[in-house]
Amino acid sequence: MDSQAIATQPVHGHDEHAAHPPYLRHHFATVEQQRETASFGMWLFLLTEIMFFGGMFAAYLIYRNWYYPAFVAGSHQLSIFLGTFNTAVLICSSFTMAMGVHAAEMKWRKPLVGWLLATIVLGCVFLGVKADEYHEKWEKHHVPGLNFSVQDFTHPSAQYKEEPPLPMDMAQKTQVYFSLYFAMTGMHALHMVIGISILLVLVVRAWGGAYTHGHMTTIENFGLYWHFVDIVWIFLFPLLYLISRHQ
Amino acid sequence: MSEHTPHEVEVLDTEPTHHSEHIVSPKIYGVIFGALLLGTGLTVGASYLELGIFNPIVAIAIACIKAVLVILFFMHVKYSSRLTKLTVAAGFFTFIVLITMTLTDYMSRAWGLW
Repeated sequence: MDSQAIATQPVHGHDEHAAHPPYLRHHFATVEQQRETASFGMWLFLLTEIMFFGGMFAAYLIYRNWYYPAFVAGSHQLSIFLGTFNTAVLICSSFTMAMGVHAAEMKWRKPLVGWLLATIVLGCVFLGVKADEYHEKWEKHHVPGLNFSVQDFTHPSAQYKEEPPLPMDMAQKTQVYFSLYFAMTGMHALHMVIGISILLVLVVRAWGGAYTHGHMTTIENFGLYWHFVDIVWIFLFPLLYLISRHQ
Repeated sequence: MSEHTPHEVEVLDTEPTHHSEHIVSPKIYGVIFGALLLGTGLTVGASYLELGIFNPIVAIAIACIKAVLVILFFMHVKYSSRLTKLTVAAGFFTFIVLITMTLTDYMSRAWGLW
């Protein structure tokens, strides 16, 4: 059995190998190969994320076909202004993240820290607006399962007087819309929270020069994650906020 | 411990799997950033137009264009190796297949007849 040899560090040191940068792992032939491998792995992870969000998008698609009037009425309860604002904020944060990756590629330490901090701030602005929207949903009794009333849909208030009142059975189905709204934006927000947490670590390490003296694969792969979260929102925004706004 | 002969290392090196060292310029990021904001404005504007069945189609089309811009430029896929391009394409292709099969099943059932 050779398990001991697997479990422990090899005793022979670096001197037996050709000289290589400290961040090049032994099982890779070149830095490029290591970088490519990490990128490939990150993409495989993102594909599983596509399938994860894809399940919710499929549910959305079918329920929207079944209960279209309820989806229209539910969608009209969302603020287009806040949705558009948040979309712009998220696109800005993707831009700052892309600039951060560029700063890391150029080995600029302080610009890298600055761009990462800007990304954190924009991410927090997004979450703040999202929290405000959730709070409004709570106050309007639009949270299925916890605090829900069909009142706004069976008897639209003066503020929404152009909205046709829904029959009771369809008004109940707005719960399906709001369930999907909270599930999809909630999972998206969770990804943002995780992203911001990782960014905080990255900023501290970037300040210490971890990515400008070593290699920047971590920054590059985190950028892929952040842009992926942005792409999810790019689809969520029109699907949740912009259903039949012309009505 | 297996040892790489110099020849093996050489073969690995010449495989077209490595990242190109292309650094995307901030100018391109700026242009894409502007295009994404424009797309957001367009999708909001289009939602107020009465386009009938084309409302959701236009919304999805604009979202797809924005997503492709993010993937190609912000996520560097345009400048990546063929392995990465194939991985991304295969992932989205599989996703489309799954959605299509789900909808095919949904549409072809005799709803309410069993």
